[in-house]
Formats: sequence, structure tokens, C-alpha cells
Amino acid sequence: MEFISQFINGLNVGSIYALIALGYTMVYGIAKMLNFAHGDIIMVGAYTVYVCLSSANMPAFAAVLIGIVVCSLLGMVIEKIAYKPLRKASPLAVLITAIGVSYFLQSVAQLIFGSREVSFQSIIPLGAVSIGELKISGEAVVTMAVTILIMILLTLFINKTKAGSAMLAVSEDKAAAELMGINVNRTISLTFAIGSGLAAIAGVLYACSYGFIGPYMGSMTGIKAFVAAVLGGIGSIPGAMIGGILLGIIESLSKAYISTRLSDAIVFGVLILVLVLRPSGILGKSRTEKV
Amino acid sequence: MALLETKNLGISFGGLRAVDDFNICVENEQLYGLIGPNGAGKTTVFNLLTGVYKPTRGSFFLDGVKLNGKTPSQINQAGIARTFQNIRLFKKLSVLDNVMAGFHNDMQYSLAAGILRLPSYYKQEKVYKEKAMELLKVFDLQNEAEYLAQNLPYGKQRKLEIARALATGPKLLLLDEPAAGMNPHETEELMKTIRFVRDTFHIAILLIEHDMNLVTGICEEVTVLNFGQELAKGKTDVVLNDPKVITAYLGE
Amino acid sequence: MKKAEQSKVMWNKYKPFIWAAAAVVIYIVIMLLDGFDMLSRHQKSLLIPILVNVILAVSLNLTTGFLGELTLGHAGFMSVGAYAGCLLSLSLDIPEPFRIIICLVFGGLVAAVFGLIIGVPVLRLKGDYLAIVTLAFGEIIRSVIVNLEFTGGAAGLKGIPRSTTFTIAFLCAAITIVVIRNLVYSRQGLAIRSIRDNRIAAESIGMPVSKYKVLAFVIAAFFAGVAGVLYGQNLGHLSPSDFDYNKSIEILVIVVLGGMGSLTGSVISAIVITVLPEVLRGADDYRMLLYAVVLIVMMILNASPKAQEMKANLAARFRRRKPDGVPGGKEE
Repeated sequence: MEFISQFINGLNVGSIYALIALGYTMVYGIAKMLNFAHGDIIMVGAYTVYVCLSSANMPAFAAVLIGIVVCSLLGMVIEKIAYKPLRKASPLAVLITAIGVSYFLQSVAQLIFGSREVSFQSIIPLGAVSIGELKISGEAVVTMAVTILIMILLTLFINKTKAGSAMLAVSEDKAAAELMGINVNRTISLTFAIGSGLAAIAGVLYACSYGFIGPYMGSMTGIKAFVAAVLGGIGSIPGAMIGGILLGIIESLSKAYISTRLSDAIVFGVLILVLVLRPSGILGKSRTEKV
Repeated sequence: MALLETKNLGISFGGLRAVDDFNICVENEQLYGLIGPNGAGKTTVFNLLTGVYKPTRGSFFLDGVKLNGKTPSQINQAGIARTFQNIRLFKKLSVLDNVMAGFHNDMQYSLAAGILRLPSYYKQEKVYKEKAMELLKVFDLQNEAEYLAQNLPYGKQRKLEIARALATGPKLLLLDEPAAGMNPHETEELMKTIRFVRDTFHIAILLIEHDMNLVTGICEEVTVLNFGQELAKGKTDVVLNDPKVITAYLGE
Repeated sequence: MKKAEQSKVMWNKYKPFIWAAAAVVIYIVIMLLDGFDMLSRHQKSLLIPILVNVILAVSLNLTTGFLGELTLGHAGFMSVGAYAGCLLSLSLDIPEPFRIIICLVFGGLVAAVFGLIIGVPVLRLKGDYLAIVTLAFGEIIRSVIVNLEFTGGAAGLKGIPRSTTFTIAFLCAAITIVVIRNLVYSRQGLAIRSIRDNRIAAESIGMPVSKYKVLAFVIAAFFAGVAGVLYGQNLGHLSPSDFDYNKSIEILVIVVLGGMGSLTGSVISAIVITVLPEVLRGADDYRMLLYAVVLIVMMILNASPKAQEMKANLAARFRRRKPDGVPGGKEE
């Protein structure tokens, strides 16, 4: 029973990782960059919702909607200001800028809200569900349901809509897509908007599940979600889902059965093993370099 | 024995046979052309011969030594040097340093000698700097020795890449479209340089080229590739008048 | 030979001696100021941290600036060296300065071994992946230190002999600069810089790329370890949280601000970044924001052709040369 409840706990955390990993993987697929600041967008999302709820007394639904819009806009602005001027620069320069953006978001949040974590009242009205002896929290149920729903919607969006196929085209070959009349800039912008919107949702779910928010909440979470994206195969949307869930379960079980304090080390150990043994991840394709 | 010999060399990318049954014999000090329409697999052949790609079929030999499965670095040390279609210089290094880099394996002083600036460091750096300057003179680059490679005009960048490849002391030099982006006058000059290089360094040169003036002007033999397969080979003038070859070119 | 060229040759010939003389003068001036009690306690307390940061930045520049691989785990190497060297100092009962010298070498070597362990698998990776893996290694090292008994766990290691003197730190910094400079401008260093500019071309001219990547990693780790020992034996205690991800970023900020591939820049920037938050009161709150702005602005300026042109023009005016002439044959 203990094992099953830890397993479900893992599914819960894993779903959040999966949502964040989706953003990493989409941006990586299209802009070929690691958006280091992506993790901090979840923090911005969580704080936006927190402010809407506590200062403006908005209904939860409206607060979440505003959180999504704010993060989507923020994602687009970051791309425009910080990453777009560097499209032709070395990957090293882009990565350093992304680290700078990550630091920027954290420090601004810290200056506004202080560096201490504040408690976050869950907005999920669902109580715990009991199946026999097993109790599953309402947060876990909603998190998993939302993640599955988003996965389905996103897959439909990419495969069935024009904007979705534009994304696929840009991720295959930017120059060719441009020649085919696809607006590459707009497609990249849209990708950042969607990825950041998903991060906002992940931020709220994170805050509800853990019950607190803080300026640095996105930093480690973001890196772990990136690990999840790599594990599943970067650039692959189902891969992000599988990687996220798998990582959540690994983390949860190692916390329960090995050591709480070593769980981060285990997660990173998994990353290193994956990258050394199978750099393309579970579902990723390996590409040969053009010479 | 031929200098370079390949036996049924081939590679597939995900089922697609990019190069198949490639056989070539390049003799010492020969000027050999590899031609064919775009996408025929010419650069893929170069990538196979320099270890960038590992062949999935067949084998190749330099001076009778089998080189399949060797790394690019080992193949260069065995005696094959190359240039790239999309120039790959060390852009942020000086022109001189680009050539000095080619002497890397000839220079022998140890890490400690370099860090502690022992006499062997000064001695060898001086010797090879002079050698590098001589090579730059061959390509008329001696006055730009201190420029950053990225600041050179296009034509000179191509020349510098050849100089760098020559610095590694190859027996066989592979040139990937050396005349690309050059005007007729520059191409004329390049032809002279290529002949001069062959005669001075006594090496064989295998080159990919679209400029037929250059091919007929300097290549003694050619192989024509089409869709990854050999279409024709032999003496340049004979091959270029072959109806099969003419159709392959005009039919594209 | 033209006059300008002549003066350049002369300058190159005597440059090492001029730098050495400058270093000696700086050392003597600081020792004199100290001897006449003209430095406040606060100013004195900054000297060793500056030198520690100089060593960290110069060594990180080898992997990030000259090899072109972003490593986010430099603080991890520093912590390994710090713990190794400081634990040794606790059980070593010999007179100073022999003890600290042995500890410095030991700390550096242990960090270098870690550099080797991390460098070898990392060879298969590049770019973003490499950065994340080094970050991961840094975090793993930290969690392991927290969980070990003999390192003092999360509470840290206390009672370390405070043997780092200004002279020793100054010597270590000088040695680091000389070793890395000489390495970078030797045939091995030329290979390292070639790999940064174009790995495929470097392979095509017969350079053993893997060997040099590992070499750069190991040497950078060694000096990070030395910096760690100096740090620990200056403070007298170590805590795992001193070496987290933020410390790695701080070193990166120093390197980026000073200019990747510029050793002089790293030294100056190490001084600025260490002193600035101490001089501006309340600036500590804005430290992260400052770091963020430095990283973003420097990268965007570097990528902008206009800013590059301005920089080249400025440099040319400074050297009184034509802008399209020689914007520095070497990247110093």
C-alpha cells in the first residue's frame, strides 16, 4: 500500500514535470535552444495567480486564466528581447543569455516578494478520493487529469491545425519552411507562448500540490523537467510525457526508499546515465551532423 | 600499387543508399576529378574517405593500409587531408595560427615544455612559424598572416583552407569545390596553384568541382557520380564526351 | 619594417616581463600599505576572496572561453578541492607554509581526478547537454557532501587551520595565470582554441580532439580545486551551500564580463565583481539582478554587428591602427 501511494505521488509530481518538459521540448524542437528560463516561468505563473487570488480576490478560474495569459506574453517578450537577436550567435551565447534571463526573473521576484516562501492555499475544490485503504488527494487527481487533457489537446493542435503543421515544418528545417511561405518568426513566438502558458498551469498545479510558492521554486523544478525532456527524447512530445512521469516516479520512490536528501543526486544520476548511454532519449531521433 | 584505392565503398542513411559500390584508383601525384550533378554523393565520398562517416559497405586503402573505421584524426595522420565545401576555418584565429594548427602533429614539444616555456618550445615554434610563412607565400597570403581568418575575403579563405590542409603533410589532398564562388580570373589562378602544389609537394589531389573549365584544365582522370553510383570514369576528355554523362548533366 | 610593426614586435617580446614587473609592483604596494596599516580590516578581508575569484575565473575561462564548452559545475570542482585540501590539513601536523602547500597540491589533484571522471563521459556531449550535465555533477557532488559523515554533512566542516596568507594566494593566482596563458599559447592551446572554432576542421587536420577536451577539463578542475583550498583555509570553515549552482554562475558572470577568451579581462572582472557588492551599500540585494543583466547584455552586444564594429573601431583607435587591420592577432 505504501508503495502504491508513493507511486501515485510520483505520478502527481511526474505530471507536473511532464507539463514543464513539454515547454522545453517544443522550444528545443523549434528554436534549437535550451530555454533555461522556462522553469522560472512556472514561478511567475504561480505568483501571478497568487496575487490575483489574495490581492484582487478573483475567482480561481479567472486567476488561472490571467496567469496563463501573463506567462504566454512573458514568454513571447523574452524571446523577442533576449533570444531573437541571438539567432545567428553560437549556442554558447544563447545558453548564457537564457541563464541570464532565468536569473533575471528570479531576482525580480525576490525584489518584489522577498526571498521567503509563502504558503499557497490550494484552489482545487476536489477532496481526497478513497479507493479501499488508498487515499488519493484531489490535487493529484486534478493534476493527472489536466496533464492528460493537455497532452491530447496539444497533439491534436500540432497534427490537425495549420499553425501546428507550421511548427513541425519549422522544427524540421527553418530555411525550407521560410521558403514555403511559413512565417518563422510568428511560429517561434507562438511556440514560446504555448510553452509558457503550459508552464503557468504547471506552476499553479505545483503550488496546489506542495502548498507554497517562492522565487526559486522554478529553478530546480525546471532543471528536473529538462532532465525529463531529455530522458523522453528532446523534441518529442510524447517523450516529454513519458520522461516526466518516469522521472516523477523515480524521484518519489528514491525519496521513500533510499534517501530524501539524495533524491536530487539520483535524478541527476539518471540524466547522466541517459546522456552517456542513449543521448537521444527514449523516443528521440538521433541526427547526423551535416558536414 | 595505387595511392588511394577503394573497394565497393558504400554508405546508407536509413535505407537510402547515398553512395554505392564506389571504386576509385588514384595514383601518386595524380590530379583526379570527382564530378556529378548536385546530390550525386560527391561530398559523401569525401566524408567517407576522411572518416566523418563510417562506411556501411566496402573498404578503402591508402598506400595499401586499410583505413576503414579510423577516426578523422587518424586518417589525417595516415596522409589524407581535405578542405570543406562550406569553408571551415578557425575563424577567430589568425591566418598564421590556422596554418600553425596544421603542423600540430609535426610539432613535438610536450605539454610541460609549452607551459614552462622550455627551449624546445621556442625552437620548434620558430621553425614551424617559418614553415607556415613559406606555405602562406605559396598562396600569396603572407601579408595577411596576422589577420583573423574571418576577415579574409572569400577566395582567400578557400586558399587558406588548402594551406592548412597542406601543413599536415598529406599524401593525398581532397578539395571540395575549391573554385566555388570564384570569378574566371581567380579560377585561372587557382588552377595554376593546384598544379604548383602537386608539383612542389609531390602529392595526389582528388577534387570535387562543378566548374568544367577547371576540371578539363587540370584533371587527368575523372569519375562521374550520379545518384550515388559511378556513371563513368577514365580520361577526362573521353568521359566528358560520353553521351551518358551529357544526359546526366543536361537531364537534371 | 614599418614603425608600428616594429613597436608591436618589441611589445610582444617584452610583454611577459612587463606583466611580471607589474605583478611584483602590485604585490609590494599592497604589502607596504598593509605594513603601514593603511588598509582597513574590511579592505584586507577582500584581498584573498578577490584572488580566489581570479583563479576560478581564469581556470573557467580555459574551458568556457578557450575550449568553448559551457560548464556550470565549476563550483563543484572547487568544493571537491576545498574539502580534500582542508580535511588533509586537519590531520597533517607539519609547519606552515609546507602544510598549506601540500594541501593546495592535494586539493588540486583530487579536483583534477574529478575533472577526469566528469570529462570523459562528457566528451560524447556538446553544447546545452554538456552544460546541464556539468550542472548535474555539481549538484550531485553537493548532495553527496551533505550526506557524508567525515565532511561534516550539512553543518559543514569547522576548525580548519586558517593558513591562507595574502602572499600564498597571490602566488597561486600568479601561477594560475602564467600556466593557463602559456598553455593557451602553446601548440596544445592552439588545438584547444581550434576545437572551439571548428571541431570538425580540427579533427580533419589530425588533432586528437577528445584528448584536448579532457586536458582542458582536468587543468581547469585542478585550479578550481586550488582555489577551493585557499577559500577554506581563509575562512576556517566550509559549508556545502557555499558551492552551489549560484557560485558556478557567479564565476561564469566574471568570465563573461571580462570577455570569453580574455585572461586580462577575467582578472579585472574578478576584482570588479568581488569588490562592487561590498562597496555599494545595499547592493547585495541587487547582486543577482546585476549578474542577470551582465549575462544578457554582454551576449546581445557580442552578437550585434554594430556593437562589434564599435568595439573594433575603439580598439583600433586605442592602438592607432586601421580598423580593418589587425584587431588583435591574439585574444588577450
